[in-house]
Amino acid sequence: MTASPMSVDTLPQGVGRSVGATGGFAGALWRRPWLRGSLTLAPPLLWLGVIYLASLAVMLLTSLWSVNPLTNQIDRSWTLANFQQIFTGTYLVIIARTLVMAIAVTATTAIVAFPLAYYMARVASTRSRNVIFTLIVLPLWASYIARVYAWIVILQKGGTLDWFFAKVGLPEPNIGYTNIAMWIVYSYIWLPYMVIPIFGALERIPPSYLEASADLGAHGATTLRRLILPMALPAFAAGSIFTFSLTLGDFITPILVGGAGSSFIGNVIYSNIGVAGNLPFAAALAVVPIVIMIVYLIGANAAGASREVS
Amino acid sequence: MTGTTSRVLLRIWAYLVVAFLFFPIAIVVLYAFNSSNVQAWPLPGFSTQWFTVAWHDNQVRDALWLSVKAGLISTAIALVLGSLASFGVHKFKFFGRETISFLVVLPLALPGIITGVALNSAFSFAGVGLSLMTIIIGHATFCVVVVYNNVLARLRRVSGSLVEASMDLGARPWQTFRLVTMPSLTTALVSGALLAFALSFDEIIVTTFTAGAQNTLPLWIFGAIRLGQQLPEVNAVVLVVLVVTILPVAISTRLTGREGIQ
Repeated sequence: MTASPMSVDTLPQGVGRSVGATGGFAGALWRRPWLRGSLTLAPPLLWLGVIYLASLAVMLLTSLWSVNPLTNQIDRSWTLANFQQIFTGTYLVIIARTLVMAIAVTATTAIVAFPLAYYMARVASTRSRNVIFTLIVLPLWASYIARVYAWIVILQKGGTLDWFFAKVGLPEPNIGYTNIAMWIVYSYIWLPYMVIPIFGALERIPPSYLEASADLGAHGATTLRRLILPMALPAFAAGSIFTFSLTLGDFITPILVGGAGSSFIGNVIYSNIGVAGNLPFAAALAVVPIVIMIVYLIGANAAGASREVS
Repeated sequence: MTGTTSRVLLRIWAYLVVAFLFFPIAIVVLYAFNSSNVQAWPLPGFSTQWFTVAWHDNQVRDALWLSVKAGLISTAIALVLGSLASFGVHKFKFFGRETISFLVVLPLALPGIITGVALNSAFSFAGVGLSLMTIIIGHATFCVVVVYNNVLARLRRVSGSLVEASMDLGARPWQTFRLVTMPSLTTALVSGALLAFALSFDEIIVTTFTAGAQNTLPLWIFGAIRLGQQLPEVNAVVLVVLVVTILPVAISTRLTGREGIQ
């Protein structure tokens, strides 16, 4: 709020007192904006600082500790052993597999989302645009575990997909509990995260740009390639932050939908905290998605993603 | 600009994608009313018996009750912290304001597993046993951003001149807050609270690392699917969770339009 010349904020203290006729605690607060500001922001900052940031710091410390194999207690002497272990073959393969999945899912959602977003922003009537927008947002908020479960039911043996393939006379698809199944589930679940920013970006392209492009003799395909896609690029970057980050950190889908070859960063962290009871190693492994996301965010920012998110 | 054929193709694509988004949800709804205890398509018949079975299952009841408690308390905390953060960021210009926005959004922007492992490490370090309280701490942390986004979007839309007019007419700061600021924020707060509750009620990734041996409803579902047990009950419970998460966002879009749900 910018203070106009007449606003109370800019009046001398004595005048403020007479205008508001405010005494006591509220008055003291009103006359000291910095005090009000600090009191307003202190609780959320304390919560996020003390609980969230401090926890992240403890996690980083924990990643430099180890578990005593005899007592199963955490040994708080510094070691890089966890990270050395991560840089061995097995875990590098797991990290690479997770990255490939994240890239595949991001590309799939981008390809599926763009024509839909284009239809919403440039073809559909206002009414049907609003209806479709709501229909995209509803599944986004719909229970995550319910949406994963739906695909288990669809893809499992004797499920809806098998039934459909049998009806059309095709052999059983047999993709339940594979990485292909995971790719389908992730692409399905994160799709709205990609549609929404691209729709927003396409909606903001001024019609005059498209007319200018046509007047200058560009074909539809040229306009798409030289004007629309470049202008939507930051939105693709913004959407991909979600598809990427969410795929990197998930363990539900690998455990429930994946099969024998489905070791991903998420479920390996999960099993290290649960079954194996190796919290320091899990903490070290959790550093990997943080590093990947920091690199990714820097790249996405360079593509202009932050303008689209905020 | 776009030719007739492309328009038709784009429309077909749009309808197909929307159908793709709702098809699995429809399947979940149908399976919840499966009369058989065999999970095969097509369903032999429909019945509501599994809702009754689930309702009388003490494990499910305990999990439901835990989820409701965690959801309500986290939402209350998120309402207070999220509104305060949005007031502060909206009203005061100061150094580091961007940092605060960033800090509020971070628990939702980073993969949930990081929040989960971080909290688990901190509780282990501090010797805090996992309980309802640790679940709430995790949930409140990522729910703050939902309230923050809703309230901040509203504050930016509501004109500052209303507040100034109220002050000029002699209202005390508290009166202005109560009679001018609050009423204009009501729907944003309600919508933020509904979304925060939905987020908490369905959350599973962070909760896995903060719940210990307790089961929230999503954790009970996760466990049952893994073991392949009680699947007819899972069908029914999944539908309940689905409804509890969809209703708030449906109400919220009615209240605030596109403002806070993105």
